[in-house]
Amino acid sequence: MLPELGHFALVLALVLAALQAFFGIVGPALGRDRWAAATTSAVAGQFVMVATAVGILVYAFVNFDFSVLYVAENSNSALPLMYRIAALWGAHEGSLLLWIFLLAVWTLAVAIASRNLPERFAARVLGVLGVLSFGFLLFTLATSDPFRRLIPAAADGRDLNPLLQDPGLAVHPPVLYTGYVGLAVAFSFACAAMLEGRMDPDWARWTRPWTTAAWAFLTCGIALGSWWSYYTLGWGGYWEWDPVENASFMPWLVATALIHSLAVTEKRGLFKSWTLLLAILAFSLSLLGTFLVRSGVLVSVHSFAADPSRGRFILAFLGLVIGGALTLYAWRAPLLKSNAGFDLLSRESFLLFNNILLVVAAATVLGGTLAPLIADTFGQSSLSVGPPYFRPTFLLAVIPLLLLLSVGVHANWKRGHLEAAVRPLLVTLVVAGLLGAAVVFGAYGGRHALAIIGFGIGSWIILSSLLDPVDRLRRHLSLSRAVLGMTLAHIGLAVAVIALTGVESYTSESDIALAAGASAQVGGYDFKLIGTQPIEGANYNAIRATVIVTRDGQPITTLYPESRTFWVQQQTRKVAGIYNRHGTDLFIALGDDLGAGRWSFRAQIRPLITLLWLGPLFMALGGALALSDRRYRMARAAARAAPPGARGEAY
Amino acid sequence: MTPQRRKRLYLVLGIVAGVSVATALALSAFRQNVTFYFIPTEVAAGAALGDQSFRLGGMVTAGSVRRVPGSLQVSFVLTDFKHNVPVTYSGVLPDLFREGQGVIAHGHLDAHGVFVADEVLAKHDEKYMPPKIAGTAPTARGGS
Repeated sequence: MLPELGHFALVLALVLAALQAFFGIVGPALGRDRWAAATTSAVAGQFVMVATAVGILVYAFVNFDFSVLYVAENSNSALPLMYRIAALWGAHEGSLLLWIFLLAVWTLAVAIASRNLPERFAARVLGVLGVLSFGFLLFTLATSDPFRRLIPAAADGRDLNPLLQDPGLAVHPPVLYTGYVGLAVAFSFACAAMLEGRMDPDWARWTRPWTTAAWAFLTCGIALGSWWSYYTLGWGGYWEWDPVENASFMPWLVATALIHSLAVTEKRGLFKSWTLLLAILAFSLSLLGTFLVRSGVLVSVHSFAADPSRGRFILAFLGLVIGGALTLYAWRAPLLKSNAGFDLLSRESFLLFNNILLVVAAATVLGGTLAPLIADTFGQSSLSVGPPYFRPTFLLAVIPLLLLLSVGVHANWKRGHLEAAVRPLLVTLVVAGLLGAAVVFGAYGGRHALAIIGFGIGSWIILSSLLDPVDRLRRHLSLSRAVLGMTLAHIGLAVAVIALTGVESYTSESDIALAAGASAQVGGYDFKLIGTQPIEGANYNAIRATVIVTRDGQPITTLYPESRTFWVQQQTRKVAGIYNRHGTDLFIALGDDLGAGRWSFRAQIRPLITLLWLGPLFMALGGALALSDRRYRMARAAARAAPPGARGEAY
Repeated sequence: MTPQRRKRLYLVLGIVAGVSVATALALSAFRQNVTFYFIPTEVAAGAALGDQSFRLGGMVTAGSVRRVPGSLQVSFVLTDFKHNVPVTYSGVLPDLFREGQGVIAHGHLDAHGVFVADEVLAKHDEKYMPPKIAGTAPTARGGS
């Protein structure tokens, strides 16, 4: 009975999404304020319905209801509670439901926070979000119903994919999706502005916190995915330029461009149409990512639903949303002219270059991701694009971006007078270069001298970003949270650059075969196998190896890599043994029984990898700090203070 | 031309130049760095030239996996159900590597027609089949 109610709740949610879209878009267009006012009720109703559906599916998972096909396929009576809940997004149908739920949450948040916005404008934002909800709900109901019954019910479930039975993977999809879906809010603000036919600094002030929030979630989601793949899937690989990794990275690059371009739109009223275009592009790329993952058109480790009818639906939806938004853009963007000028060395210029380079980076990633698909269409089905293409092309766009960042944070709005900053910039550049050289020659004996560039650029960004805040603190001047957040995010980026340089230059890696009592040396550390023993987990059997790590005869740690074989699917998953020593990971993963008492292992020494997880964390925290800035609360308070009649008129 | 306009012209020219250089470099990186992907039938037809590296996709033939006991050397046969290619590899095989499973290997052909792999990838999904093989496989599927 309950699953049918869940299905019914989704149907009601679809109807409410249609109403939300209709009232929100048609109401303001016809000047019917009561219709527009009804949008909020539709939002609340839709949220309740979607939450009910999610609750029912979680209930079915928790209580082992194997009469529901999706539960039977992705759960099992031996599956621990945490993974029974995480199994909700373990496959296609449920992760789509998660997507819809998160969209409903964002929409509700917008509805609550925008009570102080001009009514018509708020209705339009919610209306556009309603269109998106409607599309995804229709997709679910038409092709991917999570409540489909299995009659007769299965005696037991087929279990959750063992690779997903991991804490890292339990949190990675919801966080990443929150970011993906959050870009829908920026998209809707852009569409609403175009429907209004006007856009002013207030618009940017309202849109910025939402975009920053979505960006911060996206940052965390990508980093979590990378971390998970590092310690389970990728045998120590953290980024493979896999199509689905790219699919999350492209919206991130464009969203990063968008938060910078929004800064210009807010402060100077410039780049208006460009900002709109980026908002459309960021969300389009997140939809494209969904299409690539769901349709199975691209071969990837992540694609779990190769179903052409689903692919066609998403492609059609993608076409409608992007096409619709771009049409609106072509029609309305010319209205949004800005006439202010700026100098070549002004902050506007630097942010413009930031945007161009980020978009170029996203374009090179997009090109590489789609190239096999395009080649396939032209009968050249033998093309495969990997890291050898992505690495150099991506660096080409990113290195100038990083160099401009150090200088750009010191540029003034409008006027191009950088003279005062030249001296401190040169001093920090020299210090950073010396630091880089000291690390390369001091800690790594001068190997890979090019790493000086990476370490130097990273240190320069940190030093240069700190110049202004430190100066203000010394003079007892106040620092806004926006500036602190920006500084923290830039430092996070620099930390990630330093980490990537270290990991890419100084990783030692080796596949070794060890018998009990034997040892092998990798990167200056000795890995000695003590022995292997079988152990039993909650729903798996495992082989656990005991490996003692020493350096110059001094014991460092004992690691216990495991190879787990899950009962139901008889699938094996490795859990690496990792020990962190001063930011360097000593990593060992257990391979196969080679016979003759020997086992294969992959051992790695990865220096500075801790910083690779800290960098994105700093960026996300910086985002959180910036969006808590007083200015945004003021913006809301100001909107509240405006007389009600004037609000309706202005927007 | 006003100074304002001249400045803007320089800016636009700079952007155009930058973007063109970036595109040109990206295209040349692309030409040098794409890898080809073949299935055993294409290899049998001589698609792979010389010692050029490429990716080979296929299903691991049942009963073909052989190890030199106690060493990292392993050999197996990849098939697309029409032709076979013998593969050798030294190193740790991925978790999902099993007989009857679809895998993609990266490496080159040696003088004896043996594919020497330096990387072997298997998929998340046990239902996975490498591209171009999905249509040709017999329907029977072992495992869970």
